Amino acid sequence: MKSLNFLIRTRNGRSMDWTDWLSYAYLAMGLFLMFGPVLWLVLSSFKTEAALNEFPPSLLPYGQKSIAVPGEEKMKPVFRVTLPDGSTKELAELRRIGLTSTLVDPARPDDYVRVNVKDREPVREFKMATENYTDLSGKVSFGTYLWNSVFITVIATILTLLFNSMAAFALSKYKFSGRTAVFLLILGTLMVPPAIVLVPNFLVVSELGMLNSLWGVIWPAIATPTGVFLLRQYMLTIPDELLEAARMDHASEWQIYWRIVLPLAAPALAVLAIFSVMWRWNDFLWPLIVLSKNEKFTLQLALNAFQGDLVTQWNYLLAMTVITLLPITIVFAFLQKYITQGIASAGVK
Amino acid sequence: MKTNAGTPWYFLAPNMAVILLFTFVPIAINVYYAFTGGVNLYPSQRPSVGVENFSTLLDCGSYLDPSTCRKDVFWQSIWNTAKYAVFQVSLMVLFSLITALVLNRKIVGRGFWSGVFFYPVLLSPVVVALIWKWILQRDGLLNAAMVSMGSQPVLWLAEPGWAFFWVTFVSIWAHMGFYTLILLAGLQAIPGDLYEAAQLDKASPWRSLTRITLPLLLPNLMVVLVLALIKAVQTFDEVFVLTGGGPGSATTLVVQFIYQTGFVEPVRLYGIAAAGSLMLALALVALTLLQLRLSKADELGERAK
Repeated sequence: MKSLNFLIRTRNGRSMDWTDWLSYAYLAMGLFLMFGPVLWLVLSSFKTEAALNEFPPSLLPYGQKSIAVPGEEKMKPVFRVTLPDGSTKELAELRRIGLTSTLVDPARPDDYVRVNVKDREPVREFKMATENYTDLSGKVSFGTYLWNSVFITVIATILTLLFNSMAAFALSKYKFSGRTAVFLLILGTLMVPPAIVLVPNFLVVSELGMLNSLWGVIWPAIATPTGVFLLRQYMLTIPDELLEAARMDHASEWQIYWRIVLPLAAPALAVLAIFSVMWRWNDFLWPLIVLSKNEKFTLQLALNAFQGDLVTQWNYLLAMTVITLLPITIVFAFLQKYITQGIASAGVK
Repeated sequence: MKTNAGTPWYFLAPNMAVILLFTFVPIAINVYYAFTGGVNLYPSQRPSVGVENFSTLLDCGSYLDPSTCRKDVFWQSIWNTAKYAVFQVSLMVLFSLITALVLNRKIVGRGFWSGVFFYPVLLSPVVVALIWKWILQRDGLLNAAMVSMGSQPVLWLAEPGWAFFWVTFVSIWAHMGFYTLILLAGLQAIPGDLYEAAQLDKASPWRSLTRITLPLLLPNLMVVLVLALIKAVQTFDEVFVLTGGGPGSATTLVVQFIYQTGFVEPVRLYGIAAAGSLMLALALVALTLLQLRLSKADELGERAK
């Protein structure tokens, strides 16, 4: 009992009272509600198409056992058969014609048994349908979607970091007339979310010839007000003396920005990079409008298109959904502290 | 060495060019679209129609009953958005507050637990919608649970009432972690000696909550409330993927109306879509100004602490 004490000990050393129990019960329920659905998705993504159509569904991925039969090329499904004498046996089905099934014991391949199909039950075993994943690139142009998503995310993030940090550098390290006005103008764009300028932005992008081009998704959202704000606040804390010293040494303004201010602003750049990756990887409405050709789809668009199909192939859809949430999950697992701190300090997501 | 007066402008140029091209020019064009008609995308081919787009949208027998309106889906979407905003925001802030209060207690593994609630925030709206669609579909997990408990399976996303419930539930599920995080930061900023003093005075935990925690958290709560409202009126992605706005137009929100009017309907009424956007923009500007006011009050309160 004593060794279990650590479980019910609270941080200040007193033992648990009912409010603590209630708190942990609430947290446990939260764990179930928040992670349960995701876990269910992952488990389901390893089920075969047949298993996915079962109702009620089994918790773990099960599939019919199959076995190699001498003289047969393919693996044969295994059934539990009720024989005429009333005994049951596990046999491999060679073929089925109408209501008659021909089965055989793999150990004695010459000994056929013919039974009615209602006298046999499939034998199930734990089986991960990894083909849902491995077949993706063949069945759907998964590679293309992945590439489109990665391209947009990486290029847009680099451009966002570059453009926003240049603007933040100007706004934090120079005194010039119009500085406040420009800063407010940039912050003012917070009030203009993409949903509001859908139609005119569509015109601008099509006039620039960027419809159905990944660049049409990348450019419009580069100049994030959040990024400029975040970086400016951070750069304000970099002492001006450093810049003055560099100017004494005849460094150009670009060198000061590139060699001194950018490296020092690395923590803020990291936070913005995480945000940007998240925004771009998850982006939906704007890509939906700009990209209408299948070969230009991002993962999010492809997922949406598949789920809207008349016959949804859930096994591939689920596997693709898991792959789509994987990068974000990995990033979160390693950088949770930075992400939550960044969000708490900036008040944005 | 003296720096050139133009230098900051060189650094600002790329960012400002993008803003100009993809934000300010579109705002101007949007206003132009809103006052012109026809189905042409090119501004020069669009005849001026004055306020006709607005009057079409606002032409209503009774504003409380969308079916009497000329653009019934528009009004349906406005009512849906209002209803959604009220329920989603109030319940989400309530649950975020409870969660933040629990996480602020002396619990083991706080980092892990806050991560649990925050994780869905990072998922894309499409993924969120698909996760739940898979659970809510006819042969899904929830119906399996219903059947095992002896009740009939329900078509969760095909009945207007249930569809609306699940749309609200799923978006709370997806976003509450973000607001929990902000409220938790607010809670941790409350000085601990206040609680020690309350304990010395033998104040009950409930009294500490209502007399210390909630009043001091109020500025954060207001900011969170308005922030959530701003997000709620713009909601599109997860609802669109989960229900497609249906059944009928039971879960169609304003942004989806704009999207469908401008980009999905066979006859693309850009003017109507732009007029709708303009009205949405007005609501957002009002909410943002409210938020700025509140965060200013928040900052002042911070300094007074």
